[in-house]
Amino acid sequence: MKDKVLVSPAPHIHDATTIPNVMWNVVLALVPALIASVYYWGFRALFLSLLGAFTAVCTEALIQYLRKVPIRISDGSAFLTGLLLAFNLNVAAPWWMPVMGAAFAIAIGKQVFGGLGNNPVNPALLGRAFLLASWPTLMTGGWQATRFGSMNAITNPSLISELQTIAPKAHAFVTSATPLNIAHTLRDTSFVSTFTQSPALNTDIANKIFMSLTDGSTLQNLFWGNVAGCIGEVSVFALLLGAAWLLWKNIIEWRIPLFYLATVAVLTFIFGGIPGSGTSFSLPIFHLFSGGLILGAFFMATDYTTTPLTKKGRIIFGIGCGVLTVVIRMMGGYPEGVSYSILLMNVFTPLIDMVTMPKAFGKVKK
Amino acid sequence: MRFFYEIVKGLIKENPMFVLVLGTCPTLAVSTSVINALGMGAAVTFVVICSNIIISLIKDIVPSSIRIPIFIVVIAAFVSVVDMTMAAFLPPLHKALGIFIPLIVVNCVILGRAEAFASKNNVLYSLADGLGMGMGATLSLTIVATIREILGSGTWLGIRVMPNSYEPMLVAILAPGAFFTLGFLMALMNRLKEKRS
Repeated sequence: MKDKVLVSPAPHIHDATTIPNVMWNVVLALVPALIASVYYWGFRALFLSLLGAFTAVCTEALIQYLRKVPIRISDGSAFLTGLLLAFNLNVAAPWWMPVMGAAFAIAIGKQVFGGLGNNPVNPALLGRAFLLASWPTLMTGGWQATRFGSMNAITNPSLISELQTIAPKAHAFVTSATPLNIAHTLRDTSFVSTFTQSPALNTDIANKIFMSLTDGSTLQNLFWGNVAGCIGEVSVFALLLGAAWLLWKNIIEWRIPLFYLATVAVLTFIFGGIPGSGTSFSLPIFHLFSGGLILGAFFMATDYTTTPLTKKGRIIFGIGCGVLTVVIRMMGGYPEGVSYSILLMNVFTPLIDMVTMPKAFGKVKK
Repeated sequence: MRFFYEIVKGLIKENPMFVLVLGTCPTLAVSTSVINALGMGAAVTFVVICSNIIISLIKDIVPSSIRIPIFIVVIAAFVSVVDMTMAAFLPPLHKALGIFIPLIVVNCVILGRAEAFASKNNVLYSLADGLGMGMGATLSLTIVATIREILGSGTWLGIRVMPNSYEPMLVAILAPGAFFTLGFLMALMNRLKEKRS
């Protein structure tokens, strides 16, 4: 009965949309990605994901009990946060990482500020940032190849064997890094110069690796998810399936994802290569398909609480995320910048809302 | 009796860090390990006692319009003493605390006590106040540092206390860890206070 007298801000349009409905639909939309990761890595992916979700729900219940507010774990928001947090982990991560991350995400990221609807930034991404700051080696290394043995989707066997004979260092690095790791490291000219004695040969090797990284068969692997990476981010196909469901159900709005992805595509078409590689249309495709961009753009940058309310604001938010992602990928110390770019834009959300709020008809500027 | 009250109040009731929230900048920066916290606490205690004594002695001859610069000169003199003494006898600690030793000059605890207490009270109470505040600062610094060192390095005063399989939570010894720890301790203090009253 108490739930029916909640006072909410205008406009008061009646709609069947409820918080549990939205949250469980988003969880449902993430199921294809979960199935894809189980397919590529086995049941440990499922175990870590459910552990993250379970911890998040328990933490939420505990804190709501301590705060003496109604326990609302069945609304699915904590489950979703825990699941998204676990989707940001390496499948080889120890079991306590989703536990720590999800507990932190709910306790510090959400409940400290007053629970659902009051958190300034996306709790799952805050949990990820916490894990990355606390255990950087576990978060950025030890990537596991899929069960088809594919590490970074480079499928050209003659290139691999050529590297093994002429540049063992390049070979070791290519066989242990994720696609974005390779793209990031190849931009580091001082690392490339240690491949062999000859500078001309080094540039040639770097270009060959990069060409192979952006060729058709590699992009196909990236699309299906046959590549090392975090649990929930690898399969572009599965994520797009879920995203299409959410767009069709009108749960997420198209502006943020579209402008986010378009900004990344345009900027990486211009700047996305490595020194001397030139540009091509496979560059933006590589950047869109690799890392956590699709997961971030459709499932994290569309969170209701932490993104702008206005249409114009959402466009600004999407473009901002895109610019920051490309800046971090191209010039930052980390190979991937999706999580930090969304977190940074989350912080700007109140400001964006303020400047894009439409003027009420007849209102006079003071 | 009041003499003891002035000492004890600095520990909990008017704890400089958790209640007055003074001097948090060096506190957050050096509380990464317990040894640093103890060193910083000792330095602050020495400076706040000495500056409180001198300032309460000279309070009647200081023109009120220029009192702040004069207080700072007094404080800076004692900070220089600490700085040089530490550099001579405890060079590793001096190196670890680095810029935060000279920065004690502008530490709000010390200037705050000079302005709010020593310039209005006699020498004896000012000494007690300085002692209490210094101990309060040391106590809170040590508590923060204990939590951060155990979580972030798995050690306490350099001795390993966590099992070897423990993966240090690096964020605890980074800047965010300092804010989290201070925030939680403050919340805890307020909670306990609420329960009492």
